Amino acid sequence: MIERSRETLVNAVLAGLLLAAPLVATLLDEPFYVSLASRVAILALAGVGLNLALGYGGMVSFGHAAFFGLGGYVAGIAAFHAFEGSAFLSWPVTIGGSDQLLVVWLVAALVTALAALAIGAISLRTSGVYFIMITLAFAQMIYYLAISIPAYGGEDGLAIYLRNQLPLADSSDPLVFFFLCYGLLLLALFLSARIVAAPFGMALQCARMNEVRLATSGIAPYPIKLTAFVISAVITGIAGALFADLNGFVGPSMLSWHRSGEIMIFVILGGVGRLFGPLAGAALFILLESFIGGFTDRWQLLLGAVLLGVVLFARGGVMGLLAGRARHD
Amino acid sequence: MFFAFLIEQLLNGLQFGVMLFLMAAGLTLVFGVMGLINLAHGSLFMLGAFFCSWIAEASGSFWIGLGGGFLAAAAAGALIEFAVIRRLYDRDHLDQVLATFALILIFSEVTRWVFGDQPLYLDIPPLLSGFLPLPGGGGYPVYRLAIIVVGLLTAYGLYLLITRTRLGMRIRAGESDREMIGALGVDIRKLYTAVFALGAALAGLAGGMVGALQSVQVGMGEPVLILAFVVIVIGGIGSVKGALVASILVGLTDTLGRIFLPQAFALVLPVAEATAAGSALASVAIYLLMAAILAWRPKGLFPVNA
Repeated sequence: MIERSRETLVNAVLAGLLLAAPLVATLLDEPFYVSLASRVAILALAGVGLNLALGYGGMVSFGHAAFFGLGGYVAGIAAFHAFEGSAFLSWPVTIGGSDQLLVVWLVAALVTALAALAIGAISLRTSGVYFIMITLAFAQMIYYLAISIPAYGGEDGLAIYLRNQLPLADSSDPLVFFFLCYGLLLLALFLSARIVAAPFGMALQCARMNEVRLATSGIAPYPIKLTAFVISAVITGIAGALFADLNGFVGPSMLSWHRSGEIMIFVILGGVGRLFGPLAGAALFILLESFIGGFTDRWQLLLGAVLLGVVLFARGGVMGLLAGRARHD
Repeated sequence: MFFAFLIEQLLNGLQFGVMLFLMAAGLTLVFGVMGLINLAHGSLFMLGAFFCSWIAEASGSFWIGLGGGFLAAAAAGALIEFAVIRRLYDRDHLDQVLATFALILIFSEVTRWVFGDQPLYLDIPPLLSGFLPLPGGGGYPVYRLAIIVVGLLTAYGLYLLITRTRLGMRIRAGESDREMIGALGVDIRKLYTAVFALGAALAGLAGGMVGALQSVQVGMGEPVLILAFVVIVIGGIGSVKGALVASILVGLTDTLGRIFLPQAFALVLPVAEATAAGSALASVAIYLLMAAILAWRPKGLFPVNA
């Protein structure tokens, strides 16, 4: 129990720091750091999604950029049609664009859920390296599809001229937008914690550790894993929609395999299967990127060295260092 | 005329496939023997290309450059195996993916540092710069034919190495039981380093040869890496034979798809839309192929019991 309370403390400190950073930045009139904090929250959210599949379910998806990018493209395409006043579909029913965040999120969740259902249904037939590679292949497919559709920018991507809006608050205010991202991150973390503690989550973790044993106790692993995969994709998809709105831009780079690798890095750097791992990982990654990137162009070299060091010498990632080893491993 | 065009495209597909095989052979050997996923394999391909064009420029000879690229990639492979990779054999795939992803970042940045941001260019050697006449008119570049020949010879050489030599016997033994081969007195660490360096050298060879067809730049390895992964997954991870079959399959599918899918769509659609739809489908064709094959045979075409 000592370990557990220490992890709770670390989690609270992390969440508090992320909340405090933009408030201080606003007081100091440094809007750049507010959007940097939003970036951390969004990428952590994407990582929380992947962590559900990868950390708790043992499904090493190397294609989560597909869902991240799909969410982003939903936001981008909706805003594009709303801005132009044109229709996304005119037959058999007319579907126009939308500049409402709530609508965008709902559609992004639906689209990513459907995509994850299709991708997961096929991919989960395989396991191990084959699963890693087939998820990568599906992500590449969507990447090349996005490049080859000129109507939505093709290789150049799509600019979002006006950030999608909320009914009551002004989402174009950096601080308000940060609170949105932060709120969704906390919601996703809460949801993850509940899922993991529920019978469903127990079954999911058992599927990671010993699938045969799970099957013997009368629970089919496949539907459990597929459900978790879909939930994981939806969370990452919402993060993608937020990311597009934060940058005012969506492009194929959101779908690229580097992005999949990056989301995976957040999870592993932070600590696989640790609730706040993705937040710790994303925060460290972004800090390294923006601060080392500030004084040298060679920041990737340092990032590579840090990553290598974490894998080789600090197993369990940042959370492993800060809060001790996970209780079950 | 159409016949000559078809032969030309088939040869292009074959050349692409053979080049993929050189990449995939190393990946699949390393996975089969050591159980390691190596994302940095694309970086070794890139290193081969850079060293080949750099040495070729300095020495004035393509052939010295090619040999230099081959050796440099082998040396780099042995070096990273010794320094990093051997610590990863007992880890799960997740750690391996992350660590070798980190190696990609390091290799790319160091290469950019050493060779600069500008792409390098490599000329086709005069000996191979001609065209070979095709039946039905037109000609085919001798250099591309040479790549096909080198690739097929390498495949045959690998086959002989694995089935006929002592090293090959140890490699096969290492695939089926790594503790036992260690207990029989084979220095497993040296064997692993040798296998890794061999795979790296093949990647370097592929990089050097491709360097004369495209510009040599940082990041050139990753697209090939992804395709090589598609190849070994289709072929069955660990199977060199599977890698050969799958690489030619992927090479042909990709090349022929890019040429003929837009034309096929043009039969039923207006030209502009047909081009867009056809090229969209062509760029995902190999991934569709892979998904279909895995849905049908989850362990690839030539499964290896692992």
